[in-house]
Amino acid sequence: MRALAILLLTAMPLQADEVWVTNEKDDTVSVIDIETLEVTRTLEVGQRPRGITFSKDYSRLYICASDSDAVQVMDPITGKILHELPSGEDPEQFVLHPDDTHLYIANEDDAITTVVDTKTRRVIAQIDVGIEPEGMAVSPDGKIAITTSETTNMAHWINTETQEIYANTLVDQRPRHAEFAKNGTELWVSAEIGGTISIFDVASQAETAKINFAIKGVHQDRIQPVGFRLNADNTRAFVALGPSNHIAVVDAQTYEVLEYILVGRRVWHMAFNADETKLFTTNGISGDVTVIDTTTLKALKSIKVGRYPWGAAFRPTTQ
Amino acid sequence: MNAALIAMLAIIRREMLRFVGQRSRFLAALVRPLVWLVVFAAGFRAALGLSIMPPYQTYITYEVYIIPGLCGMIQLFNGMQSSLSLVYDQEMGSMRLLLTSPLPRWWLLFSKLVAGVCVSLLQVYAFLIIAALFGITFPVFGYFLILPFLILSGLMLGALGMLLSSTIKQLENFAGVMNFVIFPMFFMSTALYPLWKMAESSQILSTICAWNPFSHAVELIRFALYGQVNMIALSVVVATFVVFMWASVIGYDPARGMMRKKAR
Repeated sequence: MRALAILLLTAMPLQADEVWVTNEKDDTVSVIDIETLEVTRTLEVGQRPRGITFSKDYSRLYICASDSDAVQVMDPITGKILHELPSGEDPEQFVLHPDDTHLYIANEDDAITTVVDTKTRRVIAQIDVGIEPEGMAVSPDGKIAITTSETTNMAHWINTETQEIYANTLVDQRPRHAEFAKNGTELWVSAEIGGTISIFDVASQAETAKINFAIKGVHQDRIQPVGFRLNADNTRAFVALGPSNHIAVVDAQTYEVLEYILVGRRVWHMAFNADETKLFTTNGISGDVTVIDTTTLKALKSIKVGRYPWGAAFRPTTQ
Repeated sequence: MNAALIAMLAIIRREMLRFVGQRSRFLAALVRPLVWLVVFAAGFRAALGLSIMPPYQTYITYEVYIIPGLCGMIQLFNGMQSSLSLVYDQEMGSMRLLLTSPLPRWWLLFSKLVAGVCVSLLQVYAFLIIAALFGITFPVFGYFLILPFLILSGLMLGALGMLLSSTIKQLENFAGVMNFVIFPMFFMSTALYPLWKMAESSQILSTICAWNPFSHAVELIRFALYGQVNMIALSVVVATFVVFMWASVIGYDPARGMMRKKAR
Protein backbone atom coordinates (compact mmCIF):
# COMPACT_ATOMS: atom_id res chain seq x y z
CA MET A 1 0.00 0.00 0.00
CA ARG A 2 2.80 2.35 1.00
CA ALA A 3 4.76 1.46 -2.10
CA LEU A 4 1.69 2.23 -4.19
CA ALA A 5 1.32 5.62 -2.51
CA ILE A 6 4.97 6.46 -3.22
CA LEU A 7 4.54 5.30 -6.80
CA LEU A 8 1.48 7.50 -7.21
CA LEU A 9 3.25 10.47 -5.70
CA THR A 10 6.29 10.12 -7.95
CA ALA A 11 4.06 9.58 -10.99
CA MET A 12 2.32 12.89 -10.39
CA PRO A 13 3.77 15.75 -12.41
CA LEU A 14 5.79 18.11 -10.28
CA GLN A 15 4.12 21.46 -10.17
CA ALA A 16 6.40 24.45 -9.87
CA ASP A 17 5.55 27.81 -8.36
CA GLU A 18 4.09 30.39 -10.69
CA VAL A 19 4.12 34.07 -11.52
CA TRP A 20 0.87 35.51 -12.83
CA VAL A 21 1.02 38.48 -15.19
CA THR A 22 -1.82 40.70 -16.47
CA ASN A 23 -1.67 41.60 -20.17
CA GLU A 24 -3.30 45.02 -20.47
CA LYS A 25 -3.91 44.95 -24.24
CA ASP A 26 -4.81 41.26 -24.62
CA ASP A 27 -7.35 41.04 -21.79
CA THR A 28 -5.56 37.95 -20.55
CA VAL A 29 -3.42 36.70 -17.69
CA SER A 30 -0.24 34.72 -18.48
CA VAL A 31 0.94 32.10 -16.00
CA ILE A 32 4.70 31.53 -15.90
CA ASP A 33 6.22 28.36 -14.48
CA ILE A 34 9.22 29.64 -12.51
CA GLU A 35 11.23 26.44 -12.93
CA THR A 36 11.02 26.14 -16.71
CA LEU A 37 10.60 29.92 -17.13
CA GLU A 38 7.89 29.33 -19.71
CA VAL A 39 4.28 30.38 -20.05
CA THR A 40 2.11 27.41 -19.15
CA ARG A 41 -1.36 28.96 -19.30
CA THR A 42 -3.00 32.04 -20.79
CA LEU A 43 -6.39 32.85 -19.29
CA GLU A 44 -9.10 35.17 -20.59
CA VAL A 45 -10.14 37.87 -18.12
CA GLY A 46 -12.04 41.18 -18.19
CA GLN A 47 -11.04 44.22 -20.21
CA ARG A 48 -7.70 45.93 -19.62
CA PRO A 49 -6.45 43.91 -16.67
CA ARG A 50 -3.86 45.80 -14.61
CA GLY A 51 -3.51 45.34 -10.83
CA ILE A 52 -3.25 41.70 -9.69
CA THR A 53 -2.96 40.12 -6.24
CA PHE A 54 -3.70 36.86 -4.43
CA SER A 55 -5.62 36.25 -1.23
CA LYS A 56 -3.47 35.24 1.75
CA ASP A 57 -4.01 31.50 1.19
CA TYR A 58 -3.62 31.91 -2.58
CA SER A 59 -7.04 30.35 -3.18
CA ARG A 60 -8.38 33.49 -4.84
CA LEU A 61 -6.88 35.80 -7.43
CA TYR A 62 -8.08 39.39 -7.63
CA ILE A 63 -7.71 41.21 -10.94
CA CYS A 64 -8.41 44.88 -11.66
CA ALA A 65 -10.28 44.70 -14.98
CA SER A 66 -10.08 48.45 -15.53
CA ASP A 67 -12.28 48.82 -18.62
CA SER A 68 -14.84 46.33 -17.28
CA ASP A 69 -15.12 48.57 -14.18
CA ALA A 70 -14.79 45.53 -11.94
CA VAL A 71 -12.44 43.57 -9.76
CA GLN A 72 -12.66 39.97 -10.89
CA VAL A 73 -12.16 37.06 -8.54
CA MET A 74 -10.62 33.95 -10.09
CA ASP A 75 -10.00 30.43 -8.87
CA PRO A 76 -6.29 30.05 -9.78
CA ILE A 77 -6.54 26.28 -10.03
CA THR A 78 -9.37 26.12 -12.56
CA GLY A 79 -8.69 29.53 -14.08
CA LYS A 80 -12.43 30.31 -13.92
CA ILE A 81 -13.80 33.72 -12.92
CA LEU A 82 -15.90 33.05 -9.83
CA HIS A 83 -17.53 36.43 -9.49
CA GLU A 84 -16.92 40.14 -9.72
CA LEU A 85 -16.60 42.68 -6.95
CA PRO A 86 -18.08 46.15 -7.14
CA SER A 87 -15.03 48.33 -7.56
CA GLY A 88 -16.12 51.75 -8.69
CA GLU A 89 -15.10 53.02 -12.12
CA ASP A 90 -11.77 52.21 -13.75
CA PRO A 91 -10.00 50.29 -11.00
CA GLU A 92 -6.26 50.43 -11.74
CA GLN A 93 -4.40 49.26 -8.68
CA PHE A 94 -5.43 47.82 -5.37
CA VAL A 95 -4.02 46.39 -2.21
CA LEU A 96 -5.40 43.68 0.05
CA HIS A 97 -5.62 44.61 3.74
CA PRO A 98 -3.75 42.25 6.13
CA ASP A 99 -7.21 41.12 7.36
CA ASP A 100 -7.50 39.34 3.97
CA THR A 101 -10.97 40.83 3.55
CA HIS A 102 -10.80 44.48 2.61
CA LEU A 103 -9.56 45.56 -0.79
CA TYR A 104 -8.46 49.18 -1.18
CA ILE A 105 -8.95 50.10 -4.82
CA ALA A 106 -7.76 53.21 -6.69
CA ASN A 107 -10.42 54.42 -9.15
CA GLU A 108 -8.32 56.36 -11.62
CA ASP A 109 -11.12 58.22 -13.45
CA ASP A 110 -13.21 59.11 -10.40
CA ALA A 111 -10.58 60.43 -7.98
CA ILE A 112 -11.87 57.97 -5.40
CA THR A 113 -10.45 55.15 -3.32
CA THR A 114 -13.04 52.41 -2.92
CA VAL A 115 -12.96 49.98 -0.01
CA VAL A 116 -14.62 46.66 -0.80
CA ASP A 117 -15.41 43.77 1.52
CA THR A 118 -14.43 40.67 -0.45
CA LYS A 119 -16.62 38.38 1.70
CA THR A 120 -19.90 40.32 1.58
CA ARG A 121 -18.96 41.72 -1.86
CA ARG A 122 -20.09 45.18 -0.83
CA VAL A 123 -18.53 48.59 -1.02
CA ILE A 124 -18.02 49.72 2.54
CA ALA A 125 -16.50 53.13 1.85
CA GLN A 126 -15.56 55.53 -0.92
CA ILE A 127 -12.94 58.08 -0.03
CA ASP A 128 -12.35 61.22 -2.08
CA VAL A 129 -8.70 61.52 -2.96
CA GLY A 130 -6.63 63.53 -5.44
CA ILE A 131 -6.95 63.37 -9.24
CA GLU A 132 -5.95 60.09 -10.92
CA PRO A 133 -5.31 57.92 -7.89
CA GLU A 134 -3.02 54.98 -8.60
CA GLY A 135 -0.50 53.78 -6.02
CA MET A 136 -2.03 51.80 -3.14
CA ALA A 137 -0.40 50.49 0.03
CA VAL A 138 -1.49 49.27 3.47
CA SER A 139 0.77 49.30 6.53
CA PRO A 140 1.72 45.87 7.94
CA ASP A 141 -0.45 46.49 11.05
CA GLY A 142 -3.35 47.41 8.77
CA LYS A 143 -3.98 50.76 10.42
CA ILE A 144 -2.95 53.01 7.53
CA ALA A 145 -3.82 52.86 3.84
CA ILE A 146 -2.08 55.05 1.28
CA THR A 147 -3.36 56.30 -2.04
CA THR A 148 -1.10 58.30 -4.34
CA SER A 149 -2.71 60.58 -6.90
CA GLU A 150 -0.82 61.06 -10.15
CA THR A 151 -2.06 64.53 -11.06
CA THR A 152 -2.40 66.05 -7.59
CA ASN A 153 1.11 64.76 -6.77
CA MET A 154 0.15 63.69 -3.27
CA ALA A 155 0.20 60.71 -0.98
CA HIS A 156 -3.09 60.52 0.96
CA TRP A 157 -2.91 58.89 4.39
CA ILE A 158 -6.12 57.01 5.25
CA ASN A 159 -7.10 55.81 8.70
CA THR A 160 -8.50 52.33 8.02
CA GLU A 161 -10.74 52.39 11.11
CA THR A 162 -12.58 55.57 10.17
CA GLN A 163 -11.89 55.23 6.40
CA GLU A 164 -10.98 58.92 6.37
CA ILE A 165 -7.92 60.80 5.20
CA TYR A 166 -5.94 62.12 8.14
CA ALA A 167 -2.93 63.55 6.27
CA ASN A 168 -1.77 64.53 2.80
CA THR A 169 1.85 64.90 1.78
CA LEU A 170 3.24 66.37 -1.40
CA VAL A 171 5.49 64.11 -3.40
CA ASP A 172 7.35 64.58 -6.67
CA GLN A 173 5.51 64.69 -9.97
CA ARG A 174 3.24 61.79 -10.92
CA PRO A 175 3.44 59.39 -7.98
CA ARG A 176 2.78 55.86 -9.22
CA HIS A 177 3.47 53.36 -6.50
CA ALA A 178 3.75 53.18 -2.71
CA GLU A 179 5.12 50.58 -0.31
CA PHE A 180 5.62 50.43 3.45
CA ALA A 181 9.07 49.38 4.64
CA LYS A 182 10.90 48.49 7.83
CA ASN A 183 7.92 47.17 9.78
CA GLY A 184 5.73 50.02 8.68
CA THR A 185 7.97 52.81 9.95
CA GLU A 186 8.84 54.06 6.46
CA LEU A 187 6.73 54.80 3.40
CA TRP A 188 8.33 54.77 -0.05
CA VAL A 189 6.61 56.56 -2.94
CA SER A 190 7.86 56.56 -6.54
CA ALA A 191 7.39 59.59 -8.80
CA GLU A 192 7.33 58.81 -12.51
CA ILE A 193 7.97 62.27 -13.96
CA GLY A 194 9.91 63.49 -10.93
CA GLY A 195 12.25 60.54 -11.47
CA THR A 196 12.63 59.88 -7.75
CA ILE A 197 11.56 57.77 -4.83
CA SER A 198 10.67 59.73 -1.71
CA ILE A 199 10.92 58.14 1.70
CA PHE A 200 8.65 59.29 4.53
CA ASP A 201 8.71 58.70 8.25
CA VAL A 202 5.30 57.17 8.89
CA ALA A 203 4.89 58.57 12.41
CA SER A 204 5.46 62.20 11.38
CA GLN A 205 4.66 61.92 7.64
CA ALA A 206 7.84 63.91 7.06
CA GLU A 207 10.10 63.24 4.09
CA THR A 208 13.38 61.79 5.32
CA ALA A 209 15.22 60.82 2.14
CA LYS A 210 15.04 60.88 -1.61
CA ILE A 211 16.53 58.49 -4.13
CA ASN A 212 17.66 59.77 -7.53
CA PHE A 213 18.62 57.68 -10.53
CA ALA A 214 21.11 58.17 -13.39
CA ILE A 215 21.98 55.60 -16.03
CA LYS A 216 25.01 56.01 -18.27
CA GLY A 217 23.95 56.61 -21.86
CA VAL A 218 20.24 57.03 -21.01
CA HIS A 219 18.57 60.45 -21.12
CA GLN A 220 17.30 61.60 -17.74
CA ASP A 221 13.76 62.10 -19.10
CA ARG A 222 13.50 58.39 -19.80
CA ILE A 223 14.27 57.43 -16.21
CA GLN A 224 10.75 57.10 -14.80
CA PRO A 225 10.41 55.10 -11.58
CA VAL A 226 7.09 53.26 -11.34
CA GLY A 227 6.70 49.93 -9.51
CA PHE A 228 9.19 48.73 -6.91
CA ARG A 229 9.57 45.97 -4.36
CA LEU A 230 11.61 45.62 -1.20
CA ASN A 231 12.92 42.23 -0.17
CA ALA A 232 11.65 40.64 3.05
CA ASP A 233 14.57 41.74 5.23
CA ASN A 234 14.34 45.23 3.73
CA THR A 235 17.99 45.36 2.69
CA ARG A 236 17.37 45.93 -0.99
CA ALA A 237 14.77 47.56 -3.18
CA PHE A 238 14.27 46.84 -6.87
CA VAL A 239 12.84 49.78 -8.81
CA ALA A 240 11.32 49.61 -12.30
CA LEU A 241 12.51 52.64 -14.27
CA GLY A 242 9.90 52.59 -17.08
CA PRO A 243 11.12 53.60 -20.56
CA SER A 244 14.78 53.58 -19.52
CA ASN A 245 14.37 49.77 -19.71
CA HIS A 246 16.34 49.25 -16.51
CA ILE A 247 15.72 47.99 -13.00
CA ALA A 248 17.61 49.86 -10.30
CA VAL A 249 18.88 47.94 -7.31
CA VAL A 250 18.88 50.16 -4.23
CA ASP A 251 20.49 49.60 -0.85
CA ALA A 252 17.43 50.14 1.35
CA GLN A 253 19.56 51.18 4.33
CA THR A 254 21.78 53.79 2.70
CA TYR A 255 19.36 54.61 -0.19
CA GLU A 256 22.24 54.31 -2.65
CA VAL A 257 21.74 52.79 -6.07
CA LEU A 258 23.96 49.72 -6.33
CA GLU A 259 23.30 48.56 -9.87
CA TYR A 260 21.19 49.05 -12.98
CA ILE A 261 20.00 45.94 -14.80
CA LEU A 262 18.92 46.01 -18.43
CA VAL A 263 15.46 44.50 -18.99
CA GLY A 264 12.75 44.78 -21.68
CA ARG A 265 11.07 47.96 -22.88
CA ARG A 266 9.01 50.11 -20.49
CA VAL A 267 9.30 48.11 -17.31
CA TRP A 268 6.58 48.85 -14.75
CA HIS A 269 5.95 46.22 -12.12
CA MET A 270 7.47 43.07 -10.69
CA ALA A 271 7.13 40.05 -8.39
CA PHE A 272 9.60 37.95 -6.40
CA ASN A 273 9.57 34.16 -6.18
CA ALA A 274 9.20 32.44 -2.77
CA ASP A 275 12.79 32.75 -1.57
CA GLU A 276 13.33 36.06 -3.41
CA THR A 277 16.19 34.67 -5.48
CA LYS A 278 14.41 35.64 -8.67
CA LEU A 279 12.57 38.75 -9.71
CA PHE A 280 10.07 38.87 -12.58
CA THR A 281 9.58 42.26 -14.25
CA THR A 282 6.74 43.17 -16.61
CA ASN A 283 7.99 44.96 -19.73
CA GLY A 284 5.00 46.62 -21.40
CA ILE A 285 6.19 47.61 -24.86
CA SER A 286 8.35 44.59 -25.56
CA GLY A 287 5.57 42.31 -24.28
CA ASP A 288 7.76 40.15 -22.11
CA VAL A 289 8.81 39.38 -18.56
CA THR A 290 12.50 39.56 -17.66
CA VAL A 291 13.77 37.19 -14.98
CA ILE A 292 16.53 38.61 -12.77
CA ASP A 293 18.82 36.64 -10.49
CA THR A 294 18.71 38.77 -7.34
CA THR A 295 22.01 37.36 -6.06
CA THR A 296 24.20 38.02 -9.10
CA LEU A 297 21.98 40.96 -10.20
CA LYS A 298 22.00 39.66 -13.77
CA ALA A 299 19.08 39.27 -16.16
CA LEU A 300 18.68 35.58 -16.95
CA LYS A 301 15.94 35.40 -19.53
CA SER A 302 13.09 37.37 -21.07
CA ILE A 303 9.87 35.42 -21.53
CA LYS A 304 7.30 36.44 -24.16
CA VAL A 305 3.85 36.94 -22.65
CA GLY A 306 0.82 38.84 -24.02
CA ARG A 307 0.67 42.43 -25.24
CA TYR A 308 1.52 45.09 -22.68
CA PRO A 309 2.12 43.07 -19.54
CA TRP A 310 1.32 45.27 -16.52
CA GLY A 311 1.09 43.68 -13.06
CA ALA A 312 2.69 40.54 -11.62
CA ALA A 313 1.89 38.33 -8.62
CA PHE A 314 3.59 35.24 -7.23
CA ARG A 315 1.71 32.02 -6.42
CA PRO A 316 3.34 29.10 -4.60
CA THR A 317 1.95 25.72 -5.58
CA THR A 318 3.51 23.81 -2.69
CA GLN A 319 2.53 25.22 0.66
CA MET B 1 59.70 12.90 -31.11
CA ASN B 2 58.17 12.83 -34.51
CA ALA B 3 60.07 15.03 -37.00
CA ALA B 4 56.84 16.67 -38.19
CA LEU B 5 55.95 17.62 -34.63
CA ILE B 6 59.44 18.95 -33.95
CA ALA B 7 59.14 21.14 -37.03
CA MET B 8 55.73 22.41 -35.93
CA LEU B 9 56.98 23.22 -32.43
CA ALA B 10 59.98 25.02 -33.90
CA ILE B 11 57.75 27.11 -36.10
CA ILE B 12 55.43 27.90 -33.17
CA ARG B 13 58.45 28.82 -31.04
CA ARG B 14 59.78 31.11 -33.73
CA GLU B 15 56.38 32.82 -34.09
CA MET B 16 56.09 33.23 -30.32
CA LEU B 17 59.60 34.66 -30.04
CA ARG B 18 58.84 37.08 -32.81
CA PHE B 19 55.59 38.07 -31.07
CA VAL B 20 57.24 38.50 -27.67
CA GLY B 21 59.98 40.53 -29.30
CA GLN B 22 57.45 42.87 -30.85
CA ARG B 23 55.88 44.32 -27.74
CA SER B 24 54.26 47.09 -29.74
CA ARG B 25 52.45 44.48 -31.83
CA PHE B 26 50.86 42.97 -28.71
CA LEU B 27 49.91 46.41 -27.49
CA ALA B 28 48.42 47.34 -30.87
CA ALA B 29 46.52 44.05 -30.98
CA LEU B 30 44.90 44.90 -27.63
CA VAL B 31 44.42 48.62 -28.09
CA ARG B 32 42.56 48.20 -31.39
CA PRO B 33 39.57 46.22 -29.98
CA LEU B 34 39.64 48.21 -26.74
CA VAL B 35 39.22 51.47 -28.64
CA TRP B 36 36.21 49.93 -30.36
CA LEU B 37 34.82 48.73 -27.05
CA VAL B 38 35.30 51.92 -25.08
CA VAL B 39 34.69 54.59 -27.72
CA PHE B 40 32.55 53.01 -30.39
CA ALA B 41 30.36 50.85 -28.17
CA ALA B 42 29.65 53.74 -25.81
CA GLY B 43 28.56 55.96 -28.68
CA PHE B 44 26.37 53.36 -30.32
CA ARG B 45 24.83 51.98 -27.19
CA ALA B 46 21.46 53.60 -27.79
CA ALA B 47 21.55 53.26 -31.57
CA LEU B 48 21.46 49.48 -31.64
CA GLY B 49 17.96 49.21 -30.24
CA LEU B 50 16.72 46.17 -28.48
CA SER B 51 15.90 42.72 -29.66
CA ILE B 52 16.46 39.27 -28.31
CA MET B 53 18.11 36.79 -30.64
CA PRO B 54 19.94 33.51 -30.13
CA PRO B 55 22.17 32.79 -28.28
CA TYR B 56 20.97 35.58 -25.98
CA GLN B 57 18.08 34.79 -23.65
CA THR B 58 17.44 38.36 -22.65
CA TYR B 59 18.32 41.94 -23.56
CA ILE B 60 22.01 42.80 -23.73
CA THR B 61 23.99 45.99 -23.97
CA TYR B 62 25.92 46.81 -27.15
CA GLU B 63 29.20 46.26 -25.32
CA VAL B 64 28.22 42.66 -24.67
CA TYR B 65 27.13 42.24 -28.28
CA ILE B 66 30.38 43.33 -29.90
CA ILE B 67 32.80 41.33 -27.73
CA PRO B 68 32.68 38.20 -29.96
CA GLY B 69 33.09 40.43 -33.01
CA LEU B 70 36.14 42.07 -31.45
CA CYS B 71 37.61 38.65 -30.62
CA GLY B 72 37.09 37.85 -34.31
CA MET B 73 38.73 41.13 -35.25
CA ILE B 74 41.81 40.27 -33.20
CA GLN B 75 42.03 36.95 -35.00
CA LEU B 76 41.43 38.52 -38.40
CA PHE B 77 44.23 41.06 -37.96
CA ASN B 78 46.52 38.47 -36.43
CA GLY B 79 45.77 35.92 -39.15
CA MET B 80 46.60 38.45 -41.84
CA GLN B 81 49.68 39.76 -40.05
CA SER B 82 51.08 36.35 -39.28
CA SER B 83 50.51 35.00 -42.77
CA LEU B 84 51.75 38.14 -44.42
CA SER B 85 54.96 37.78 -42.49
CA LEU B 86 55.50 34.94 -44.95
CA VAL B 87 56.00 37.64 -47.57
CA TYR B 88 58.73 39.09 -45.36
CA ASP B 89 60.20 35.61 -44.98
CA GLN B 90 60.18 35.28 -48.74
CA GLU B 91 62.05 38.55 -49.10
CA MET B 92 64.57 37.66 -46.40
CA GLY B 93 65.18 34.14 -47.66
CA SER B 94 64.09 32.30 -44.50
CA MET B 95 61.11 30.98 -46.43
CA ARG B 96 63.41 29.18 -48.84
CA LEU B 97 65.18 27.58 -45.91
CA LEU B 98 61.87 26.41 -44.48
CA LEU B 99 60.58 24.98 -47.71
CA THR B 100 63.75 23.00 -48.34
CA SER B 101 62.80 20.82 -45.38
CA PRO B 102 61.92 17.24 -46.40
CA LEU B 103 58.55 17.55 -44.68
CA PRO B 104 55.50 18.04 -46.87
CA ARG B 105 54.78 21.62 -47.81
CA TRP B 106 51.20 21.51 -46.55
CA TRP B 107 52.46 20.47 -43.12
CA LEU B 108 54.88 23.36 -42.96
CA LEU B 109 52.20 25.80 -43.98
CA PHE B 110 49.74 24.28 -41.51
CA SER B 111 52.37 24.56 -38.75
CA LYS B 112 52.76 28.21 -39.63
CA LEU B 113 48.99 28.63 -39.26
CA VAL B 114 48.96 26.87 -35.88
CA ALA B 115 51.75 29.15 -34.72
CA GLY B 116 49.68 32.18 -35.73
CA VAL B 117 46.63 30.81 -33.92
CA CYS B 118 48.65 30.36 -30.71
CA VAL B 119 49.56 34.04 -30.82
CA SER B 120 45.96 35.07 -31.50
CA LEU B 121 44.71 32.98 -28.56
CA LEU B 122 47.00 34.91 -26.23
CA GLN B 123 45.65 38.17 -27.61
CA VAL B 124 41.98 37.13 -27.40
CA TYR B 125 42.21 35.93 -23.81
CA ALA B 126 44.14 39.05 -22.77
CA PHE B 127 41.35 41.12 -24.36
CA LEU B 128 38.63 39.10 -22.60
CA ILE B 129 40.37 39.66 -19.27
CA ILE B 130 40.49 43.41 -19.87
CA ALA B 131 36.81 43.37 -20.95
CA ALA B 132 35.97 41.56 -17.70
CA LEU B 133 37.75 44.33 -15.80
CA PHE B 134 35.38 46.74 -17.56
CA GLY B 135 32.53 44.66 -16.14
CA ILE B 136 31.68 42.79 -19.34
CA THR B 137 31.61 39.16 -18.33
CA PHE B 138 30.26 35.90 -19.73
CA PRO B 139 29.35 32.56 -18.14
CA VAL B 140 32.56 30.97 -16.80
CA PHE B 141 32.19 27.82 -18.92
CA GLY B 142 31.97 30.07 -21.99
CA TYR B 143 35.60 31.13 -21.58
CA PHE B 144 36.68 27.49 -21.81
CA LEU B 145 34.24 26.42 -24.47
CA ILE B 146 35.34 29.10 -26.94
CA LEU B 147 38.88 27.70 -27.04
CA PRO B 148 38.35 24.99 -29.73
CA PHE B 149 36.23 27.39 -31.77
CA LEU B 150 38.82 30.15 -31.48
CA ILE B 151 41.39 27.67 -32.81
CA LEU B 152 39.10 26.85 -35.74
CA SER B 153 38.28 30.45 -36.60
CA GLY B 154 41.94 31.40 -36.17
CA LEU B 155 42.96 28.65 -38.60
CA MET B 156 40.35 29.74 -41.13
CA LEU B 157 41.35 33.41 -41.01
CA GLY B 158 45.05 32.51 -41.03
CA ALA B 159 44.51 30.28 -44.07
CA LEU B 160 42.82 33.18 -45.85
CA GLY B 161 45.82 35.36 -45.04
CA MET B 162 48.15 32.66 -46.30
CA LEU B 163 46.23 32.40 -49.55
CA LEU B 164 46.53 36.15 -50.00
CA SER B 165 50.21 36.12 -49.07
CA SER B 166 50.87 33.61 -51.85
CA THR B 167 49.71 36.25 -54.32
CA ILE B 168 51.55 39.22 -52.82
CA LYS B 169 54.99 40.12 -54.09
CA GLN B 170 56.05 42.75 -51.61
CA LEU B 171 55.31 43.61 -48.03
CA GLU B 172 54.22 47.08 -49.11
CA ASN B 173 51.08 45.56 -50.60
CA PHE B 174 49.77 44.94 -47.09
CA ALA B 175 47.92 48.27 -47.29
CA GLY B 176 45.93 46.86 -50.18
CA VAL B 177 45.00 43.84 -48.10
CA MET B 178 43.86 46.17 -45.31
CA ASN B 179 41.62 48.11 -47.68
CA PHE B 180 40.25 45.33 -49.78
CA VAL B 181 40.13 42.38 -47.39
CA ILE B 182 40.30 43.18 -43.69
CA PHE B 183 38.02 46.23 -43.59
CA PRO B 184 35.27 44.90 -45.89
CA MET B 185 35.34 41.56 -44.09
CA PHE B 186 35.05 43.23 -40.70
CA PHE B 187 32.46 45.87 -41.52
CA MET B 188 30.28 43.61 -43.67
CA SER B 189 29.87 41.02 -40.95
CA THR B 190 27.83 40.42 -37.82
CA ALA B 191 30.73 41.66 -35.69
CA LEU B 192 29.30 45.14 -35.19
CA TYR B 193 25.60 44.73 -35.97
CA PRO B 194 23.24 41.80 -35.98
CA LEU B 195 21.83 40.68 -39.32
CA TRP B 196 18.35 42.06 -38.59
CA LYS B 197 19.87 45.50 -38.05
CA MET B 198 21.74 45.27 -41.35
CA ALA B 199 18.56 44.17 -43.12
CA GLU B 200 16.80 47.28 -41.81
CA SER B 201 19.18 49.50 -43.80
CA SER B 202 20.00 47.28 -46.77
CA GLN B 203 18.94 43.81 -47.82
CA ILE B 204 22.01 43.43 -50.05
CA LEU B 205 24.32 44.31 -47.16
CA SER B 206 22.53 41.81 -44.97
CA THR B 207 22.96 39.09 -47.62
CA ILE B 208 26.67 39.86 -47.96
CA CYS B 209 26.99 39.68 -44.17
CA ALA B 210 25.21 36.34 -44.10
CA TRP B 211 27.63 34.92 -46.71
CA ASN B 212 30.78 36.42 -45.21
CA PRO B 213 32.81 33.60 -43.61
CA PHE B 214 34.05 36.08 -41.01
CA SER B 215 30.42 36.48 -39.81
CA HIS B 216 30.31 32.75 -39.22
CA ALA B 217 33.58 32.84 -37.30
CA VAL B 218 32.10 35.59 -35.09
CA GLU B 219 28.82 33.71 -34.58
CA LEU B 220 30.73 30.54 -33.73
CA ILE B 221 32.54 32.45 -30.95
CA ARG B 222 29.32 34.22 -29.86
CA PHE B 223 27.35 30.99 -29.41
CA ALA B 224 30.28 29.19 -27.74
CA LEU B 225 30.53 31.97 -25.14
CA TYR B 226 27.05 30.89 -23.98
CA GLY B 227 27.77 27.15 -24.15
CA GLN B 228 26.09 26.59 -27.50
CA VAL B 229 27.36 25.33 -30.84
CA ASN B 230 26.09 27.08 -33.95
CA MET B 231 26.22 24.18 -36.41
CA ILE B 232 25.83 26.30 -39.53
CA ALA B 233 28.65 28.60 -38.48
CA LEU B 234 30.80 25.60 -37.57
CA SER B 235 30.24 23.97 -40.96
CA VAL B 236 30.99 27.18 -42.85
CA VAL B 237 34.17 27.85 -40.86
CA VAL B 238 35.47 24.30 -41.33
CA ALA B 239 34.58 24.26 -45.04
CA THR B 240 36.17 27.64 -45.76
CA PHE B 241 39.28 26.64 -43.83
CA VAL B 242 39.65 23.51 -45.99
CA VAL B 243 39.18 25.53 -49.18
CA PHE B 244 41.58 28.32 -48.18
CA MET B 245 44.16 25.82 -46.94
CA TRP B 246 43.94 23.77 -50.13
CA ALA B 247 44.22 26.89 -52.28
CA SER B 248 47.23 28.20 -50.34
CA VAL B 249 49.04 24.87 -50.61
CA ILE B 250 48.56 25.14 -54.37
CA GLY B 251 49.52 28.82 -54.20
CA TYR B 252 52.80 27.92 -52.52
CA ASP B 253 53.55 25.07 -54.94
CA PRO B 254 56.46 26.34 -57.07
CA ALA B 255 55.42 24.12 -59.96
CA ARG B 256 51.77 25.14 -60.16
CA GLY B 257 50.83 28.01 -57.98
CA MET B 258 51.21 31.70 -57.69
CA MET B 259 54.83 31.37 -56.63
CA ARG B 260 55.74 30.69 -60.23
CA LYS B 261 53.84 33.72 -61.42
CA LYS B 262 55.43 35.82 -58.72
CA ALA B 263 58.88 34.69 -59.67
CA ARG B 264 58.40 35.96 -63.20
